Amino acid sequence: MGDAEIIPIGTRGPQGRGTGTRPSSAARGLAPKGGAQRGADAKQPPAKRTPAKKAPAKKSAAPAEARDEARDEARPVVDEHPHDRPSVVPPPTSEQTSEQASRAAAARTEDRSPLAGIPVGDWLAAFQHASKELFGDQWEPQLARMIAFTRRRITGDYSVDEYGFDQEVTERFFMAALRPIAQKWFRIEVRGVENIPAEGGALVVSNHSGTVPLDGLMTMVSIHDQTGRHLRPLGADLVFRLPMVGTLARKSGATLACSEDAERMLRGGELVGVWPEGFKGIGKPFSDRYKLQRFGRGGFVSAALRTGVPIVPLSVVGAEEIYPLVGNVPSLARLLGVPYIPITPLFPWLGPLGLVPLPSKWLLEFGEPIRTDEYEPGAADDPMLVFNVTDQVRETIQQTLYSLLMQRQSVFR
Amino acid sequence: MVAGRTVLVTGVSRDLGRTFARTLASDPTVDRVIGVDVIPPRGDLGDVRFVRADIRNPVIAKVIAREDVDTVVHMSVIATPGSAGARGTMKELNVIGTMQLLAACQKSEQVRQLVVKSSTIAYGASSRDPAMFTEDMEPRRPARSGYSKDVIEVERYVRGFARRRPDVTVTLLRCANVIGPRVVSPLTSYFRMPVIPTVLGFDPRLQFLHESDLHRVLRHAVLEDKGGTFNIAGDGLMVLSQALRRMGRSNLPLPGFAFGGLGSALKSARVADLSPELVAFLTYGRGVDTTRMREELGFEPDYTTVEAFAEFVSTLPPPPRRAEKALAAVAEQLPPVDEDRPAQLSPAGGRHG
Repeated sequence: MGDAEIIPIGTRGPQGRGTGTRPSSAARGLAPKGGAQRGADAKQPPAKRTPAKKAPAKKSAAPAEARDEARDEARPVVDEHPHDRPSVVPPPTSEQTSEQASRAAAARTEDRSPLAGIPVGDWLAAFQHASKELFGDQWEPQLARMIAFTRRRITGDYSVDEYGFDQEVTERFFMAALRPIAQKWFRIEVRGVENIPAEGGALVVSNHSGTVPLDGLMTMVSIHDQTGRHLRPLGADLVFRLPMVGTLARKSGATLACSEDAERMLRGGELVGVWPEGFKGIGKPFSDRYKLQRFGRGGFVSAALRTGVPIVPLSVVGAEEIYPLVGNVPSLARLLGVPYIPITPLFPWLGPLGLVPLPSKWLLEFGEPIRTDEYEPGAADDPMLVFNVTDQVRETIQQTLYSLLMQRQSVFR
Repeated sequence: MVAGRTVLVTGVSRDLGRTFARTLASDPTVDRVIGVDVIPPRGDLGDVRFVRADIRNPVIAKVIAREDVDTVVHMSVIATPGSAGARGTMKELNVIGTMQLLAACQKSEQVRQLVVKSSTIAYGASSRDPAMFTEDMEPRRPARSGYSKDVIEVERYVRGFARRRPDVTVTLLRCANVIGPRVVSPLTSYFRMPVIPTVLGFDPRLQFLHESDLHRVLRHAVLEDKGGTFNIAGDGLMVLSQALRRMGRSNLPLPGFAFGGLGSALKSARVADLSPELVAFLTYGRGVDTTRMREELGFEPDYTTVEAFAEFVSTLPPPPRRAEKALAAVAEQLPPVDEDRPAQLSPAGGRHG
């Protein structure tokens, strides 16, 4: 913005100290740089824009003439971006000019046709700005990666394993969604993570509680974050009968709890998770909390014995308190074909709000692995041995639960 | 392998049977190929001698005796009634036909080998299925009707025959869903629909076998003379949503009960035949273990599940894929990035097992 084009305040009306061609030094001192334009633009009547449009032709020829004309029009300003402004916002050169330009543009929207739309340049600038805001300075590769991911998903160019496990979507969405719940809501503390083998098959056996099997999900995300391995849970057949739930379970790596799948996964070197208490565990009343139920029929021990993988006992403290189960509607449950209909102090009385789990503090302790590869080959068919190993695992978990409960200060801390 | 074998192929009126009989006839170790069916084949049979006979009546025994047949390939266990007539006819053809054919084989002194093309539908599809069926597993929910029951009964007769004639090599091939550009089956007509209905909330796992691999495995079984039951499928699996995305077709998720009703509506409109077995398959999916195919039968399919499906898709009219094109245009403006997909699952599920 050149000085010559600005006609500062104090050069209008009756001659004062100014000469008419040059403002007085006092006036010059008062005039803020560019400040004159602000007031003038605001006052400018919408219809009278012609002089501004003529301005560039005269600008070079005779600044004085321009000033005269400006006086006739009773507006002391000459626009320096006359023609191009309605169509394209000029690229900002400095903060000052861009500020002015945007102000000027804002003041002149009325003469633009609404059909002209937003110019491409604006879109690009806005897009770049937004991308920077979203992804930081490295926005280009970040965005490219995101687009590559989206393209893979919409063209189906990804792979699932034979159980239907979709590793990509598990890591990017399921784990990402569960992580804040695990870390911020339940504040999970993991102990004994070194007991999980870094590679090869292993069977994690855990107690089951909490009315809704959130403990399984939390164990999955905790193990993944601590060791980088994916826990492959074995789920009841009810899980796979339900729409949505079954699909999500398969995509996140679960499979049906049957000996064929368990042995197949363990032979494949996966880290398999099993909750032998099943619905007896998660559906037990609050008064029975931390009392282990019967450990199924010991099928998990046979699977481990047949494949010779270690059994890692896991004790979870805290999950019992998330939805204290104080009642049940057995008749309705039978009607719906589900194991129980939970009634908690908050559900169903508070409606959807009752679905929010109480923020208990969780402790996960992995115990010392129980080796199964030292038994003779036919051990899995010896029911007495299977019962003994089952009891050993159960006792370990129960004892660890008691000691963790002793260490815990309170339910929520 | 004795040169100059005589092979009898049933079910040559359908494309898969006809093309298989033709390729078998061109093999140097096979002397003669006799094709048998109730209706004459539509296409060219090449060197195959066609005998119009109904396997449901004892005429077939005479054909086997007169032609000195030593190998029987039974391919006429069919999933669709098609031109043969209604469901009743189909059951007759499948079950009674197999009984008669096996009776004829048992009578014949020359028959040394029997190859039966069965289907993995014998395992059914339910929520209680293990992820991968091996050959020794039984269906979790035994079929009470339809094609899957036919298949189970046919297999029972075949096992009975194998017990009674231990000198005959019996090869039972349980093939996954055959797919390919020329295959007409309930599943391919399902995928050819303009808008594909799916069962809301379920994403079944699918396994395919390319049609050329079906020919190869049947030929392999005839020439190798290995008895037993084998699952035959391409490597890897894919889920239905993934298949639909690869096709670029739009889908219409419907709740389970509506999906079944749609099946009968589509059947009466002759668009597709969503039989109860197919509905169960499209709800729960199925996977079969192919270790025995590889290790005992010694057969290696050319096409993986994903490749077989891709070839099928390439014969369909290309979809618009607008969203993908738009993203590709944006991606071109950006610098290239290295792949950040998980490395572990690179070849579609791997082939362990």
